[in-house]
Amino acid sequence: MCQPAALLGLLLACSSSVAAETSQWVDLPGGAFRSVLELADSPLGTGIAPFSMTLTPVTNRQFLGFVLAEPRWQRDRAPTTLAEARYLSHWVSATELGNNALPDWPVIWVSWHAANSYCRWQGGRLPSWNEWEYAAAADSTRFDARDDPAWRERILAWYARPSATALPSVGLGTPNAYGVKDLHGLVWEWVDDYSALLVSSDNREQGAADQLKFCGAGALSTSDRDNYAVLMRIAMLSSLEAEYVTGNLGFRCVRSP
Amino acid sequence: MRKHTLTLLLMMALVAGCGDGKIPVADSPDTGGSAKGDFGPPQGDPVKAILTSPPHVPPPTGRSTPAKVIVELEVIEKEMAISEGATYTFWTFGGTVPGSFIRVRQGDTVEFHLMNAPDSKMPHNIDLHGVTGPGGGAASTFTAPGHRSRFTFKALNAGLYVYHCATAPVGMHVANGMYGLILVEPPEGLPAVDREYYVMQGDFYTTGRYRQKGHQPFDMEKAIDEHPTYVLFNGSEGALTGDRALAAKVGEQVRLYVGNGGPNLVSSFHLIGEIFDKVWFEGGTRFQENVQTTLIPAGGAAMMDFHIEVPGSYILVDHSIFRAFNKGALAILKADGPENKLIYSGKEVDEMYLGDRALPNLAAVTAAAAAAKAGDLTTEQQIEAGKVLFAGTCSACHQGDGRGLEGVFPPLEKSDWIAKDIRRVPTVILQGLQGKVTVNGSEYNSVMPPMNQLTDDEVANISTYVLNSWGNPGGRVTKSEAAEIRRTSTQAPAEH
Repeated sequence: MCQPAALLGLLLACSSSVAAETSQWVDLPGGAFRSVLELADSPLGTGIAPFSMTLTPVTNRQFLGFVLAEPRWQRDRAPTTLAEARYLSHWVSATELGNNALPDWPVIWVSWHAANSYCRWQGGRLPSWNEWEYAAAADSTRFDARDDPAWRERILAWYARPSATALPSVGLGTPNAYGVKDLHGLVWEWVDDYSALLVSSDNREQGAADQLKFCGAGALSTSDRDNYAVLMRIAMLSSLEAEYVTGNLGFRCVRSP
Repeated sequence: MRKHTLTLLLMMALVAGCGDGKIPVADSPDTGGSAKGDFGPPQGDPVKAILTSPPHVPPPTGRSTPAKVIVELEVIEKEMAISEGATYTFWTFGGTVPGSFIRVRQGDTVEFHLMNAPDSKMPHNIDLHGVTGPGGGAASTFTAPGHRSRFTFKALNAGLYVYHCATAPVGMHVANGMYGLILVEPPEGLPAVDREYYVMQGDFYTTGRYRQKGHQPFDMEKAIDEHPTYVLFNGSEGALTGDRALAAKVGEQVRLYVGNGGPNLVSSFHLIGEIFDKVWFEGGTRFQENVQTTLIPAGGAAMMDFHIEVPGSYILVDHSIFRAFNKGALAILKADGPENKLIYSGKEVDEMYLGDRALPNLAAVTAAAAAAKAGDLTTEQQIEAGKVLFAGTCSACHQGDGRGLEGVFPPLEKSDWIAKDIRRVPTVILQGLQGKVTVNGSEYNSVMPPMNQLTDDEVANISTYVLNSWGNPGGRVTKSEAAEIRRTSTQAPAEH
């Protein structure tokens, strides 16, 4: 469908609109954060530096702008070592969204490599696990709602259901206390250091796991075994490889000031 | 004389058996376990395993040499009924709870493929208790949504084994229905039977109460506290009742393969009206004979054989019996065929018996019943009839003299609690009473179940007797008043 001249015009148009789209960043103050993961080298919690996070997960519209600007990330060009064959397979073509990927829906079927490149293209990066968990600990009124059983139960209810139906658009949810939307209840989200979450793939190996294979970085154990929602995020992220894509995994970006 | 000959023949048969090199299991010290379970490399073309949905069991492998068996099992997360009008999101091996039944032979090399459906929300894996190796395959099969994993194991030990998901949080994956059974047949196979069925118990934790309608989310707190909302056979209330009851015929030999997925409860598995001729307890090599109830631990299994002599409905229960009647742990095996009255007569006599407490006064009940048919009773007739019924129904707890038991069963004698509202008597009989009450200055906090099996007449008569005894204020409860209380009490919420 694309003639070179038309494509160029489209590219320019999309790039500018994308820039406007992704300018919605929310500032988070950072501070001391009690992670449910006890990192071997920071047993007393984690310091989070101030950062900004995108208001919502990245949308199909935004990601289309990216692949038009960076054609090597179009689904027929990205090598399978960076994004497996189903990468963006729900789009009608490499450069068109179609009815299975409405513009305001969160982009899914994206690999870590593709998500990482998108964020860099935006002058940002993928959030770290700790940054994501810090932002996601808030509900609509409290910065840290993690000890509230009712709130946990609501999050868990989403995790417990398969994603056989179409996703809703981004931005429909209530913002949390920091002003960020859709951290819960829409899609799983990639984090930058997902592969350091080396919780054993056999959840019952506690202590006996071969910690050397984790390069010393993530000799992790979970301090909050009642918080099933967090356990499920860890399990999900640790089942992934960087080229994997799934039908309910998207991402958002952060940047440091 | 004839019996003697038979015994002799049997002994000869046993001796002959030894000569063939087939040692009767009971006489052998052991089978050698995994150290003797490797029968060499697989022979012939690979075989694709037949997987069946519960309550069906794949046919015997029928093989006499080790084979390479390919098992392909798909994990599917799906919403299904847990009870009538109530749904739950089950996580399944093969689309059912319990998961597909897998049948292989000892010494087989099993190439196991685990597929996780693309629309799954969660990663999953599988730990098969029949696998020799760390994790039972769990780490080797950890699979993201829309992906497939493979690992291979040699089935070294014969037996009936549970498999389950072992992904964090393990308890939740199991509580959502991720378990099933794999049978590793001994080299000679299992004794042939006419029918085989697959049943698995599991406990379920929902935020709503038992039988609450609508979609029911998983309740993490109840699961951790081990307070199940449901205890079920094959994943839903009614999975094995009514049209879906297990079927058999008189004269048949039936085998059940029963597992317990848990995650928390241990099953006291019992088949009402049958005696298991054989139970391969714990799913192992040996069988016990003539068993009433067999214990099946969470993450364990057992096989049981029985022969059906008498037609009718046989009820499978967890004999921790509140689970059967209040949480759903109930299934039915329906046996068709000719009656055998010599073995089981059915009901031959049906008449009232009230024990020696009632004998002198049985006439009063009869008179009251007759009068009730003719018209209303006098207060005196009601008291007489109520006295007999009280002795039969109420005195076990409240005592024959109405004094109850201090601190346990409230007294009915000179009861200030009754005096406040005499309608409390028929109401409590029909609705039961639970929670704190203070009677004559003492506090009681226990449970009286509703006695709504009593007829309106009986409730009226017992109430009138109580009101006119032991210094209570007197008065009368009529049949129509009892009927009215019954009518309003059945409209009250089932749980509060």
